[in-house]
Amino acid sequence: MESKEKLRAPISQKPHVVEKPKDPSYIGGTISIEINEKKLSVPLGTTILEACKEYGIHVPTLCYHEDLCMAGVCRVCVVEVEGMRTLQASCAFPITAPIKIKTSTPMVRKARRHIIDLMLSEHSGECYSCIRNSNCELQKLAKEYGVDHYTFGHVDKPRYEVDNSSYSVIRDMSKCVLCKRCVRTCIDLQEVGVLESLDRGRETHIGTFLDKPLSDVICINCGQCINRCPTAALRANDPSDEIWNAIDDPNKHVVIQTAPSPRAAIGEEFGLPAGTSMTRQMNTALKRIGFDRVFDTNTTADLTIIEEGTELVIRLYKALVKKEQVSLPQFTSCSPGWVKYLEHYYPEYIDNLSSAKSPQQMFGALIKTFYAEKTGIDPANIVSVAVMPCSAKKFECNRPEMNDSGYKDVDYGLTTRELAQMIKEAGIHLPEMPKGDFDSPFGEASGAGLIFGATGGVMEAAIRSIVEFVTGKKAEDVFEKANIIPLRGFDGIKYMEIPIGNEVGTVPDILKHLVPDWNWLKGATLKVAVAHGTANAKKIMDDIKAGGKFSECHFIEFMACPGGCLGGGGQPIPTTPEIRKKRAQAIYAEDESLVVRKSHENPYVIRLYEEFLKEGPCGHKSHKLLHTHYIKRGRYIA
Amino acid sequence: MKKIERKGEVIFSSYKRGEAIHKAISMKREDILFEIRESKLKGRGGAGFPTSTKWMLVSAAQADQKYIVCNADEGEPGTFKDRVLLLEYPELVFDGMVVAAYTIGAKNGIVYLRGEYEYMLNSLEGYLDEMRKDNLLGKNICGKEGFDFDIIIRLGSGAYVCGEETALIESLEGNRGEARNRPPYPVNTGFMGKPTTVNNVETFAVVSHIVIKGGEWYKKLGTDKSTGSKLFSVSGDCDKPGVYELPWGTKISELLEIVGAKNTKAVQVGGASGICIPKSQFDRTLAYEDATTGGSIMIFNEERDLLHVLKNFMEFFVEESCGQCTPCRIGNVKLLEGVEMIEKGKFTFHHINNLKELGKSMQVASKCGLGQSSPNPFISILENFREEIFNGNGGIHGK
Ligand SMILES: Cc1cc2nc3c(=O)[nH]c(=O)nc-3n(C[C@H](O)[C@H](O)[C@H](O)COP(=O)(O)O)c2cc1C
Ligand code: SF4
Ligand code: SF4
Ligand code: SF4
Ligand code: SF4
Ligand code: FES
Repeated sequence: MESKEKLRAPISQKPHVVEKPKDPSYIGGTISIEINEKKLSVPLGTTILEACKEYGIHVPTLCYHEDLCMAGVCRVCVVEVEGMRTLQASCAFPITAPIKIKTSTPMVRKARRHIIDLMLSEHSGECYSCIRNSNCELQKLAKEYGVDHYTFGHVDKPRYEVDNSSYSVIRDMSKCVLCKRCVRTCIDLQEVGVLESLDRGRETHIGTFLDKPLSDVICINCGQCINRCPTAALRANDPSDEIWNAIDDPNKHVVIQTAPSPRAAIGEEFGLPAGTSMTRQMNTALKRIGFDRVFDTNTTADLTIIEEGTELVIRLYKALVKKEQVSLPQFTSCSPGWVKYLEHYYPEYIDNLSSAKSPQQMFGALIKTFYAEKTGIDPANIVSVAVMPCSAKKFECNRPEMNDSGYKDVDYGLTTRELAQMIKEAGIHLPEMPKGDFDSPFGEASGAGLIFGATGGVMEAAIRSIVEFVTGKKAEDVFEKANIIPLRGFDGIKYMEIPIGNEVGTVPDILKHLVPDWNWLKGATLKVAVAHGTANAKKIMDDIKAGGKFSECHFIEFMACPGGCLGGGGQPIPTTPEIRKKRAQAIYAEDESLVVRKSHENPYVIRLYEEFLKEGPCGHKSHKLLHTHYIKRGRYIA
Repeated sequence: MKKIERKGEVIFSSYKRGEAIHKAISMKREDILFEIRESKLKGRGGAGFPTSTKWMLVSAAQADQKYIVCNADEGEPGTFKDRVLLLEYPELVFDGMVVAAYTIGAKNGIVYLRGEYEYMLNSLEGYLDEMRKDNLLGKNICGKEGFDFDIIIRLGSGAYVCGEETALIESLEGNRGEARNRPPYPVNTGFMGKPTTVNNVETFAVVSHIVIKGGEWYKKLGTDKSTGSKLFSVSGDCDKPGVYELPWGTKISELLEIVGAKNTKAVQVGGASGICIPKSQFDRTLAYEDATTGGSIMIFNEERDLLHVLKNFMEFFVEESCGQCTPCRIGNVKLLEGVEMIEKGKFTFHHINNLKELGKSMQVASKCGLGQSSPNPFISILENFREEIFNGNGGIHGK
């Protein structure tokens, strides 16, 4: 028997690639090749596909994905390499010798067409009744190769039952082409590994441990597999029919909160280039669809910063001054994929998770209490929808403990993709919408809440506030334009030290009941880290377990999705490093254009503490509504 | 079934346990490589890759660890010559592995033993223990300072594809048996990412003889491109099925005579993934350059229904494809469906021709040797036995 530790997911397909030289200018670092009789030189280890791309030659692909290690399984990218008996998969062929490549010979074209025909013969689906219609790589390939009939027949019945057990991810394996992108995503990017090829030969299929329903295995609902699936084999669990029903029901008051990331990406669904912000057009569109109120989740993102930041101050005070045993570093808890990952894989660290709810759930609890009170609407008649970049948010709002308002705090989690679909169904072309505002009583949020959408954003927002609280200085005086650059960008793991110095400020009013002064932080250095993609989270967690540098951190931001929420599992498909970069740029640009850029300066948040959460952050009421607890799930399923 | 084996001139010639090892350690590594290159020995697992080239590549690779893997998966239908070698001539195989280790500088050897051969495990382990006792394995082998090498035996997982060397390595590493992308090849990134030579049982056995008698001696036998002799596992319709050592270049008709085959209609050379040769071509030779095989020879007499034979083969591939690449996973299913259509008379020649073309695409576009060779019987049986298969049946259009 192998030890339990060894039962962890294997790395899917080890890259088996030739390492590229750091400096291709050294001798032997570049190789002269020929593509379609054109001579060119490429760095050693470049794949044929990369070389072709570089020189503007299109090669069809299916199992290849920029974010993932190569697989070489679909074989549509085959090309001829002179002197080799068989065709070669260009995505998986690293160039290490001078070779001559031909990308469009009769043999190549015929093989590609055969492969497409074969995939179609087993593919059970009709494009017109399919969620990926017009955004499907298989459909695109069929079109590219002029498929106008089924050479090798076509299945008439679905082969597999649809698995819709999960709140987040629906699996329809009859549409699967076995590209294994989901497998590689789940293992290599997310270090979860619930998906694997099972069985052999014609029975081969992607399945879970013992083919259990997805809801019964340790899926963290991140939906990253959906974003990389070329077909409709994976899709999110779409609640839009129920939402339409609620909208059409005159007795229901339907409100929607919109997270920061959807607005930076939804334009892509309407043909706009990535990175086109649609915040205000979306507000109008949502109203026209029939939502009664449109709120900005960034408001509760700001609230999260105050609650989570306060919690951190309490932990630090207990640890440093009262010498009590507390769990540090504190981990962020706004990414429900990450939360579930920790619950499964590192349950012993559950106390390190901030008890603060995610912005979505805070908002949910406030809408059916504070908002209901203020407007006099019976919370039983309020339907609360959240448009999120995330599929895990669907799971989160269905967690049984998320009903602190006395009702289900958030009724439906809707993804960016699903919202775009609703907008289209309503006959609206989003880019043409006039600009509209968010509704009161929450209204405009701060730029700090907005940058929650990018990896490092939560930490940046927190630091802006904490630095101002503790040092009494303006964040702008400490960081140029209050932009905290070391926390930005897409490095898998980021680390930063913030020296507090010897000058401390006075304790702001809202924290006065918790700490007398800041003298105990004089000369201290705040150590923080950021990780995105649970594979990176795992690295930090293992380091903490081993007592490494991250165990000395005070506060760590974890996001389940690569890139943070802007790369979430509910965002428009496709996703690539380039697209995520553009979305991030949109978010940071919008932040810089705002007047209020710090959570504690958000007037609506200040008012909330004055009028509703009167005992202040981490007070009794906020504990009841805005904080939660977690479950030690463990790694093994019954 | 009675297995009769014919004593041959190379493999079954006399050999004393440990002989090759003693000889090898008295030689320089380059000289061993030279002898093997002289012998023009090609791999006996089926692919026929020159053994000296493979070893040279591994020995030239820079790494802290290198591995010798003996491929004893023997999953090709109709092959049982490796079983005979392991059962009756283990000294040849293991000594060959030790010679390989010495030549390329490996410290660890692994025998990947077909799951069904588990019954041999104890005796083979016992044999290895004997070797350790006699210092034919272990530290400073036979007194050669610094030459340490040992062999472990691992049981296969029962899938045909695990005989393919990269799938074998994946399986050894504890993963699903699926072929890897190549390049890079196992000689650079093999077991645990280290340079590895994977060789067939018979290849190692032959090496033991070559080290003793020299490459020049070896290549006297056989043809120019296929030197030496080969073990053939002969099965099917003949009086004396069994393992035979015959020189490469032997004519199929000669072999049929030796094994006492009568009324032979067809010979399947190379197992399920080989080609089916009709009577009119029985003067073809068994050689890498003509009708090549990893050992399997299946004989079918006049009574056999070749469509049925083909169906069995295709069913085998449909099941045994590892399922990772499209051409093989789905292609084999389509070929099998084609056979079934012919069986029922519900086919069109247009479609059958499409399937043949598909077969050709599978041969070039599949990821590993399984899918690249699985269309062979389909194509060769339909071409060589057209009359019998269609038997005047014009399919749906009745022409
Ligand atoms: C599907 C498949 C199955 C194979 N099975 C075997 C096998 O059972 N035994 C074997 O020695 N080689 C087998 N091979 C060939 C190996 O991949 C490899 O070429 C061989 O082990 C190399 O050894 P050699 O150079 O000594 O022939 C198989 C190849 C394929 C594609
Ligand atoms: S998955 Fe793609 S090819 Fe299949 S039905 Fe949907 S759109 Fe069409
Ligand atoms: S949602 Fe995330 S954890 Fe679940 S299967 Fe997909 S990639 Fe894996
Ligand atoms: S589910 Fe989607 S991503 Fe996964 S193997 Fe199938 S087609 Fe590929
Ligand atoms: S050819 Fe067949 S056995 Fe080989 S990798 Fe492809 S599916 Fe697997
Ligand atoms: S894209 Fe290259 S094999 Fe699939």
